[in-house]
Amino acid sequence: MTALLEIRNLNVYFATPDSDVHAVKDVSLTIGESECLGVVGESGSGKSQLFLGAMGLLASNGRASGSVLYRGQEILGAPAASLNRLRGAKITMIFQDPLTSLTPHMTVGAQIMEALNSHRALPRDEARARVREMLEYVRIPDAARRMTQYPHELSGGMRQRVMIAMATITGPDLLIADEPTTALDVTVQAQILEILRALKSDKKTAIALISHDMGVIAGNADQVQVMRSGRIVEQGPVDNIFYAPQQDYTKMLLAAMPRAADPGPDTSPRQELLLDVRDLKVSFPVSQGIFAKAKELRAVDGVSFTLRAGETLGVVGESGCGKSTLARAVLQLLPADKGKVLWLGRDLTEESREDIRRQRRGFQIVFQDPLASLDPRMPVGVSIAEPLKALEPGLSRADIAARVRAMMQKVGLEPEWINRYPHELSGGQNQRVGIARAMIIAPRMVVCDEAVSALDVSIQAQIVDLLKGLQAETGLAMIFISHDLAVVRRLSHRVMVLYLGRVVEMANSDALYRDPRHPYTRALLAAAPTPDPRHERTRPRALLTGDLPSPLDRRAQLSFLKSKRIDDAEADQYRPLLIEEAPGHFVAEHDPVI
Amino acid sequence: MLRYSLKRLLGAVPTLFVIVTLTFFMMRAAPGGPFDSARRLPPEIEHNVAAAYNLDKPLLTQYGIYLTKLAHGDFGPSYKNKDFTVAQLIGIGLPVSAKLGLSAMAVAIILGFLLGTWAALRQNRWQDYSVMAVAMTGITIPTFVTAPVLTLIFGIYGISLFGHDFTLPVGGWAGGKLANMILPVTVLALPQVAFIARLTRGSMIEVLRSNYIRTARAKGLPSFRIITRHALRAAILPLVSYLGPAVAGILTGSLVVEQIFGIPGVGRYFIQAALNRDYTLVMGVVICYAGLIVALNFVADVLYAILDPRVRLT
Amino acid sequence: MKTDVMDAAVALKGRSLWKDAWTRLLRNRAALASMIILGLIAALALFAPLVSAYAYDEINYEIVSCAPNWWPISAPCLAGGTHWFGTDAVGRDLFVRVLYGARVSLAVGFVATLVSLVIGVAYGATAGYLGGRVDALMMRLVDILYSLPFIFFVIILMVLFDRNFFLLFVAIGAVVWLTMARIVRGQTLSIKQKEFVEAARAGGVSSFGIITRHIMPNVVGPVVVYVTLTVPDVILIESFLSFLGLGIQEPLTSWGVLIADGANTMESAPWLLIFPALFMAVTLFCFNFIGDGLRDALDPRDR
Repeated sequence: MTALLEIRNLNVYFATPDSDVHAVKDVSLTIGESECLGVVGESGSGKSQLFLGAMGLLASNGRASGSVLYRGQEILGAPAASLNRLRGAKITMIFQDPLTSLTPHMTVGAQIMEALNSHRALPRDEARARVREMLEYVRIPDAARRMTQYPHELSGGMRQRVMIAMATITGPDLLIADEPTTALDVTVQAQILEILRALKSDKKTAIALISHDMGVIAGNADQVQVMRSGRIVEQGPVDNIFYAPQQDYTKMLLAAMPRAADPGPDTSPRQELLLDVRDLKVSFPVSQGIFAKAKELRAVDGVSFTLRAGETLGVVGESGCGKSTLARAVLQLLPADKGKVLWLGRDLTEESREDIRRQRRGFQIVFQDPLASLDPRMPVGVSIAEPLKALEPGLSRADIAARVRAMMQKVGLEPEWINRYPHELSGGQNQRVGIARAMIIAPRMVVCDEAVSALDVSIQAQIVDLLKGLQAETGLAMIFISHDLAVVRRLSHRVMVLYLGRVVEMANSDALYRDPRHPYTRALLAAAPTPDPRHERTRPRALLTGDLPSPLDRRAQLSFLKSKRIDDAEADQYRPLLIEEAPGHFVAEHDPVI
Repeated sequence: MLRYSLKRLLGAVPTLFVIVTLTFFMMRAAPGGPFDSARRLPPEIEHNVAAAYNLDKPLLTQYGIYLTKLAHGDFGPSYKNKDFTVAQLIGIGLPVSAKLGLSAMAVAIILGFLLGTWAALRQNRWQDYSVMAVAMTGITIPTFVTAPVLTLIFGIYGISLFGHDFTLPVGGWAGGKLANMILPVTVLALPQVAFIARLTRGSMIEVLRSNYIRTARAKGLPSFRIITRHALRAAILPLVSYLGPAVAGILTGSLVVEQIFGIPGVGRYFIQAALNRDYTLVMGVVICYAGLIVALNFVADVLYAILDPRVRLT
Repeated sequence: MKTDVMDAAVALKGRSLWKDAWTRLLRNRAALASMIILGLIAALALFAPLVSAYAYDEINYEIVSCAPNWWPISAPCLAGGTHWFGTDAVGRDLFVRVLYGARVSLAVGFVATLVSLVIGVAYGATAGYLGGRVDALMMRLVDILYSLPFIFFVIILMVLFDRNFFLLFVAIGAVVWLTMARIVRGQTLSIKQKEFVEAARAGGVSSFGIITRHIMPNVVGPVVVYVTLTVPDVILIESFLSFLGLGIQEPLTSWGVLIADGANTMESAPWLLIFPALFMAVTLFCFNFIGDGLRDALDPRDR
């Protein structure tokens, strides 16, 4: 029996001004009928270029060689006309970023219709009905209205559903999904993956699922290929890869994957109280045109917590929950509307800018994007030295250089790189620079705002270990912010879950992961994929439905307490109380969980 | 949409006001006046003339009088062309200038866009390089060089094809006959063709590299459809934003072109009027052109919003 | 796709983005050639009195409108000697006049660009850094000024203030600063929101330090590109004014004046048009190539 798609010895090259880059090296694989092939690899492994190359969709400076057979028929290098009969009809694709992947000036209905019409001539009404049916299949509510909207009017999750509808309306044999959920929140990701699973089981569509996330692969793939720098390192049935990996690289990837079931650090140290945040509120005016009255977006809406020396507080939430705003308001990088931020007993919100500037010796921050948070025109040594120069004036040049070198060594950077520029270092190395910059003045607290989210999982694990080591050595307090519950688990003594600017649950991390009380925490935990195929296959999927609501809609904060909700977007809503259900375990009021 | 138009219309009033004020006081700040001449007039006559045009009053009063008249649509008399009012002079010159300018604009946009798109689709091949080389030349050679050179070739040496004489007239307007328009319009459009071609090429290349073009290709659409349905509208946006500056460029060019080809447009009046200190005429022309630019900016904004659904007019 | 591998083979000394850009610029053959040609023209203009045996206002009625000796087509008379580009309608040496024209044109180009740079950077940086209402108001004014038919203003200025050479610089500079202000403002605004500025603030760096150490060096790139594209623009505007008889006055000259004169006698003495036009076109070409090269060099992700 011939395979649905067979790739033989595929090579992909890109011509660059300096030299040719060999992105995919001699890759062979097969995909059977209605089978899901997972392709996993870190950034730069060539996993996306592999399929783009096979489908003749490379950028203009790329070229592919080898052989690609669809049901035994060669398609690599086939003339455009015959390739176009196949692409979009029998083999379709969806991509990572659904906003830029949809044409901005066409309605989503028109774009889906176009996919259908260019492969099958149907009467207009019938085609329209098919599009609607398809949108309903991917669970887009109010499909008829959505068809007339433009991509920018939909949320990220909706857009990806539209992409899926567009890719399945022609009834393809194979859907190539290139990082389909990477840009999405974890609860939305779970819904999109559910749709892909349904597609495979009811429409018998084969799927090539490309992802960097072992968890996503574990729950969906039948066969798995592991890629690294353009080559296939290991391949086999999903259970073999996950439970009996042969190659060191695969083992390393699996070991690096954070798991919610991992043991966290020991219990909270009872030490000096550093930070006491009380009822902090931050809002932004969201203008809707120059003359319209600005709406108020309550990004942080009454958050209180404390932090002790040597302790790590994990802060978890999805996009729009206000976690980054919270970090900036605590560090006085953004003005708070209300509430107190007591640092060693002094209320920072009352102090002058210059006083705050001097206090910055005590608290520092590490940002999400290592490259964006370093000045591209400054050598990394100078970046690291900046806080030292600003906050400890009077140090000699030699002292500064010595301390920068020592710090670089401590965070695992070669001290000789002191004159390097950020673009000459990798993402992980740049993040070490960011950590060195935060640590150089020996602060008592560091806020890590999604500090490992932009990194590959193997690098992620190294950075987490580095932070842990620094904490053990210096008694540093940390606020560790992430959208990923599993990463937070490794570092945090206590965890706080945010939903649309409010705390829904806060507890010691053991208690929170073992016994989540709030339905939102439970949904987050349930949605997070784990690198454990058997568990993924059997576990119940308690899913939230629909997308995250807009933080501008005040009703949304009461999504879990609908009994007290007033159905008016403008009205002042009830504020759920935080109740201490067990010692140290705070849960926001919510409707009973069924 | 109607509300937006009204708002823009109201917004144009302060703009025009600033322009009127600036021009008025700038002109008066300079020494000399419209009735200074080599031949000295007897003082009483000079006084009478000045009084007739209110030039003896304080500057601010004159400004007030001018604004009041302007508000009633009266541009005043021309100081130098005694038998005409400014409105009449503009009424004669403007249709000519407008016909010339708009034709050049149309040629520039159509030709520039086609050339730019073609170059983008043949990126880094000889077609691309030759279009861009021609464009660069068009930008660097000023109109007052292209005008005489083209005149020499097509007007004086002349061309004959298939036994017909296609020699073009070297000057004059003749009521805007096609033959008389070809040379001035070509000269006027050339730098803009070049600029628009470069602009279009850049934006088209960027659009063709975007993710949604990849999606369209993955859908199996033929490339003609990808370009017309998916790429074109996005690629045209920078061109729409360029409309305003393009008009300004054509305006500048038209001053030269009207002079060289002896075309009785507004531009020729302007230079004469400025040299003669014909205050009212200068003001009239400036207001007229400023109004034109304001109007075209409005058209450009509306067009932009029509082409890009993400832009909302407020 | 960038590889994460950075081997130790790279030299210890880091390469700054400026140096990177400079090497990329030197690798761009069109830009490199342009820089060399432009340098030559500038040097010739600067040392014009040393290069030529004639003074720029030296009239010689014996050789009126004569072609250079090497002129390939028959001409009414030959200028002879070292009149490499022939002579003009009053027998002045065209070569030295083209060089003196270069002095004026290049000076106008640079000075007016400098004027626009100073106004534009100060205005744009203020608007961008302050942001909010001030920014909105300042940019609204720029929008209004944009709808002025600005060339008319230059003409009015030139007419009314009697073709003052200095005023010519200022007038043109005052016309072209608007775009500069927009660019600087946009750039400042976007850099102000970059994470590395926030990082510097978190690191205790003062506002002054942030402006001088982080914002200014990052605004320079696009400004430099725009400057190289403004100079040719200004040269064109000046030549255009000269053509209308509103620019430089005799016996001083500029390329615009020479070209305008040459255009009148194109049939009888084409060299009077060809040489100044060639010099000007080549100069404008060079600036455009350098500008394009700089843009590519400073923004490597494009291409």
